Order: sequence, then C-alpha cells, then structure tokens
Amino acid sequence: MAEFVLKRLLSALPVLLLVTLISASIMHLVPGDPAVIIAGQNASDAEVQQVRAALGLDRPFIERLGAWYAGLARGDLGQSLLLNRPVSEAIVERLPVTLALAGFALLLTVVIGVPAGMIAALRANTVVDQAVLVVALAGVSVPNFWLSLMLIVAFGVWLDVLPAGGYIPFADDPVGWVKCLILPGVSLALLQIGLLARITRATMLEVLRQDYIRTARAKGLPVFKVVGQHALRNVMVPVVTVVGISFGLLLSGSVVIETVYSIPGLGRLLASAIFGRDYPVIQGGLLVTAVMLVLLNLCVDLLYAVIDPRVKNDGRS
Amino acid sequence: MAEAEARRPPSLTRRLFSHRLFVTGLVLFGIVVAMAVFADLLATAAPEKMNFRARFRTPEWAFLLGTDNYGRDIWSRLVHGARLSLAIGFAVVIVTGVAGTVIGLLAGYFKRLDGPLMRTMDALMAFPAILLAIAIAAALGPSAVNAVIALSAVYTPRTARIVRSAALVVREMDYVQAAIASGSRHMWILWRHILPNSLAPLIVQLTFIFAYAVLAESILSFLGVGPPPPTPTWGNMIAEGQGYLREAPLLALFPGIAIAVTALGLNLLGDGLRDVLDPRLRVQHG
Repeated sequence: MAEFVLKRLLSALPVLLLVTLISASIMHLVPGDPAVIIAGQNASDAEVQQVRAALGLDRPFIERLGAWYAGLARGDLGQSLLLNRPVSEAIVERLPVTLALAGFALLLTVVIGVPAGMIAALRANTVVDQAVLVVALAGVSVPNFWLSLMLIVAFGVWLDVLPAGGYIPFADDPVGWVKCLILPGVSLALLQIGLLARITRATMLEVLRQDYIRTARAKGLPVFKVVGQHALRNVMVPVVTVVGISFGLLLSGSVVIETVYSIPGLGRLLASAIFGRDYPVIQGGLLVTAVMLVLLNLCVDLLYAVIDPRVKNDGRS
Repeated sequence: MAEAEARRPPSLTRRLFSHRLFVTGLVLFGIVVAMAVFADLLATAAPEKMNFRARFRTPEWAFLLGTDNYGRDIWSRLVHGARLSLAIGFAVVIVTGVAGTVIGLLAGYFKRLDGPLMRTMDALMAFPAILLAIAIAAALGPSAVNAVIALSAVYTPRTARIVRSAALVVREMDYVQAAIASGSRHMWILWRHILPNSLAPLIVQLTFIFAYAVLAESILSFLGVGPPPPTPTWGNMIAEGQGYLREAPLLALFPGIAIAVTALGLNLLGDGLRDVLDPRLRVQHG
C-alpha cells in the first residue's frame, strides 16, 4: 500500500509542475502590453510603469517565473492589484465559504443521487426509473446559472421563502446559513445528482445480475438485506468516482453560482479578479483550485484501492 | 432467402432510428438547427433593432415571445442566437476533434511522445474546465473567435485522452504489428489502421463536447467574456434579463429554454450514438 501511495504521489508531481507553469503564464495570453491593458485606457505613463513594476513585467519571463516559484515555496502568491493585500490571505479567507457550498452540494448529491439510482435499478423500466432518467438528462442539459435565476424568481421573489442571495456565516446564524445555501446548493447539485443516479443505477443493475445475489435471494434473504450487505459496497466505487468528478465541477460551477447569488467565496473572488484583470489573484486562484483537484484525484485513487483491492494489485490505474 | 435476410443484423442507421432517445434527440437538435439555418426567414424583426415605445411587451402576435428592455423582439434574437451558439459549438467540435485526434494518435502510437503529451493534457485537465475557459477568454478579450479558442483549449485534452486509449488498443492488434513489421510507414499506419478504429468513441465524445460547448459558451456570454452585446447570444440575453427578474422574468426564461433544448438534444444524440456505436462505454458513463 505504501508503495502504491508513493507511486501515485510521484506521478502527480510533473502534473503539478505543469499546473504551476500554466498558471504563471496565463497573463502572457493578453494581446499587446499587459501593463497598459491592466492599468486601463486612461492611465498615465507613470501608472502603467507602476503596474509593470508591481507585476514584475519589467524583468524577463524566466526571472519572473523564478521569483514566482521562490514565493510559492514560502506560501507567498504575490500581492493583489485590486485588493491591496496578499493573494494567499484573500484566498484563505474565501476558501471556507466555497468549501461549505461545495460540501453542501455534495451532500445533496449523495443523499439524493445514491438512493434514487438504487431505486431506479430495483424498479428498472418503471415510472420511477424514467423519472430518474429525466432528472439526469435535465441535469446535464440545463445551464446552472439560468436555473439559479429561475429558482431566485420562484423561491426568492414569488414565494419569498428563501433568500435570493447573500451569505450568512454559520457562526452568526446556523439556520440562516442553511437557508442561504439551499438555492445555490440545489443549482450546483442538479448536474451531479443526475450523473450519480445514473451511474449508481448502472452499477446496481450489474451487481443484481451476479450469481451471489441470486444465491442470497434464493436462500431467502430479504431484498433490503441483499442490497445492504452485498450491493452497497459495489456501489461505493462509482460514488467515489462521482465525488471525485463532482468536486471539480462544483469548483468550476462556484465561479458562476457565487456570482449569481452574491456569495463571497473563492469563485466570486476569481470572477471579480478575472474581470478586474487582477492577475496575481487569477494565477493564485487557478493554482490553488488545480492543486486541490490533483490532490483530490489522488485521494480518490487511494480510496479505490481501499474499497476495491483489485486496483492496487493491478499496479497502475 | 427471406430467412437469411431476417437473420442479418440490422444496419447501423436502422439501429439508430429504432433507438427512441436518439430519435428524440435528433428531433430536438433538428429544430434548433432549423432555427439557425432559417433565422433570417423565421425572425420577425432585426435582432438588434431597438424600439423604445415597445419595451417589456408580453407575448402577442406582433412579438411572438415579447420584447426586452430595449424593445427588441425576443423571438428574433432567439433564432439569431441559435445561429451563433451552434456556430461556436461546431467550431469547437472541429478544432477539438482535429487537435485532440492528432495529439491522441501521436501519444497512443509513439510511446516516446506519450509521456510529455499526456502529462501536458493532464495538467490542462487539472484546472476546473469552465474556470480555465473564463480565464483564457478574459485574457484574450471578449469575442466569438476567442470563445472558440478558450473552449477548444479546455476540451482538447478530453478528446485526446479518448483517442489515445483507443489508439493504444489498436496498436497492439496483430494486423498493426504486422504492418509495422512489414515496414509500412508510420503515417500510413496511423491513417489507415489506427484512426478508423478510434472513430466510434471519438464521434460519441464530440457529440457530448458539442453539448458542453453550447452550455459553456452561454456561461462565457453570461459573464461578459463571450461575443459582446448587443450580439444576440443566448448567454447575453440571459445576462440582460437578470436585471429585470422581478418585472419581466420572461426575458431570461426563453433563452435558457433554448440552451436546455439544444444541450438535451445533443446529449440524447450522444447517448444514442454511444449505445449503438460503442456499447462497451455504456456502463462507464452510466
């Protein structure tokens, strides 16, 4: 097991290195002189010079990259141009909000998606099954920012039962915290619920066809016991897969959803940085999310090995 | 004679057209394509023409879906939006298809290129897709072409990975090994043997990428890094409608339905193609 962990860690290293390189060079996609564009059309020469110096654009790329890596090693992601504070500080402050939102959406996904998929499999080709299919298809087809707006109109304006936006910290008001997470959580989770339900259904159907299930049924074990004891463990594999995929989608989605619902998380920080051309924040934010995803995928692979011993013995996967 | 005929497996088109979901997808997508192709005929007004005496009209005969905050005809903007959405989606499919195939084939066939190419693809895939697309589109500047570049950069690695894994399998087949041993040129082998055998998963994947691209383009437009207003993209229309959710929720409602119908149609087409062309993938994707 230790060897497996070490191998996977080592294979993640070159990817992490490239991720840092891509994050660092995104500013160079800007056509023309980034300093002029960042400072704005009406900026004076002195202001442009100031931006150029702040971004280190007056130094060669290699030197700047070196400085960036040196900073990275100290946990220093540079200074934000708009917020007048260290990038790492801003990210650390916003991250818990995004994690709370993503965690809430993930909880909804698992709590709804797994049972829905299992029921659909046990009642294959009935109305219940079709309903799950419809929700799953809607989930991958409906744009979540639009769904958010429609939910705001329905629940925030017409019914007026849930806040149309904003964020209340858990420590201030736990009930309010849950209330303001419901709409954004549902908007984010719909896609994953459908995905997870369909994968759970497919796996369940596969498992239910196995001989040992038939044996268990034949010896008189009730259905729920068969499912609980035998099928559930097998269903865990796709659940872990989807949780791994979901986290990336949730982080991606949070940029849009946090903007629509005015939630002060990492997504909104990044969105406003992108529009304000606050490159240090963009670079740092991209890097932090990508590193989180790489590490999460690592955890997912390790979890596979725990759940399904075949993976580990396979050498690589 | 008749018996032999009956035993022959049904043709590919036959199987596709008896797949209920595929046909549903074809109809939905066909409607949107027709909207795009005949936009000039279907539109009842110029999509960017403002009319301040007819703002916020509810649907009526003169304004089929009503008018927006500038008095522009929503139906006309919607059909012209279909043209742009599909054009951008299709361009992403072409660029992604070509780039992904070249990278995937090279990585799958030449073992020496596999590591560097795929690690680069892994790194690009490590970023949340939409986030990277927004960052690239914002850096390049808001335009339709830049949206295509940003989305292609995000979806190419996913295509390359699919083609590579198909190429890896075909490469080890006896007939390919025989071709290598008999001294066939690499490019010939790639073109003649590896590519045709990688096509099925590629086509399935590109159908789904078309759907993602339409959705993602609407996000870019919505956030203001797609084709700039007053261009009638569905994302732009929703973004403008966002300001009038209380008074006129229809402004944001219709373009959202158009996006959902397009994506649903493409997703159903993709499901159908996958079931028929490449049944092995069925379990993995659910």
